[in-house]
Amino acid sequence: MSGHAASAAKATTVEVRLPSRLGFEKVALATAASVARLMGFREERVEDLKTAVAEACINAIEHGNRLNEKLSVGVVLSVSEDSLEVKVIDDGKGMKRAGIAAKPDIDRKMHGEESARGMGMFLIQALVDEAEWVAGTGGNSSYVRLVIRLDKEQ
Amino acid sequence: MQSETKARVEQLTSPAGAPVAVLRFEGDIASTSKDAVLGTFQALPKDIARLVLLDFSKVDYINSSGIALVIQLLIEAANSGQKVAAFGLTAHFTKVFTMVGITKYAALFATQGEALTAL
Repeated sequence: MSGHAASAAKATTVEVRLPSRLGFEKVALATAASVARLMGFREERVEDLKTAVAEACINAIEHGNRLNEKLSVGVVLSVSEDSLEVKVIDDGKGMKRAGIAAKPDIDRKMHGEESARGMGMFLIQALVDEAEWVAGTGGNSSYVRLVIRLDKEQ
Repeated sequence: MQSETKARVEQLTSPAGAPVAVLRFEGDIASTSKDAVLGTFQALPKDIARLVLLDFSKVDYINSSGIALVIQLLIEAANSGQKVAAFGLTAHFTKVFTMVGITKYAALFATQGEALTAL
């Protein structure tokens, strides 16, 4: 985005509130994809973002809110001139992530030495430019913050 | 909210003359897809379906729970000596499957024709 559109976009935020029910992550990923396309992201990066947002929402629904449909998941997309930030907020205690999520070990999975599941955080970190897990104060409103940047050549 | 996963089986023959069971998926591959993915695979006659092809060409959403189901299918196939390959994944999910290491246990092809020729 450039010129007037970029300066107008600086303050732009889009918010979505999801029920804690699996499947509704698709609402968030569709919204994130629409915003990213408006910003001019390449389709390859839009697909990366969709998977990262979906996995962040699934974690929030399953682990943060423990599938409690009385709780909702907030998704806040903040548009800036050269990047899109996505915060996925739940009512859980959060997970403090330091460093890089381990790459799934397919051999261990195939031999039953680790769960076939457990790839969400790895995918999030691998597909976006920044991923940060922030534990909420007082035991709730934890969030994961994702950032995807527009390439200069876009 | 999650779309139902449809699965159907088609029996084909590779150019080399080998019988191939093709599992054609449609819809999302997610945590709700266990019956469609694992159930359909488990219903294949193990003694006949030595070569299994997974068709993802009508799938446009796969999440980590769905990938885990594919890995569970690969574990069962390996345990019963079946060979599995896949085709029809989008470029994005080809990348994701490669990132998590699935390509070590199942070759990925762009088209059914390429997969059948390679089996």
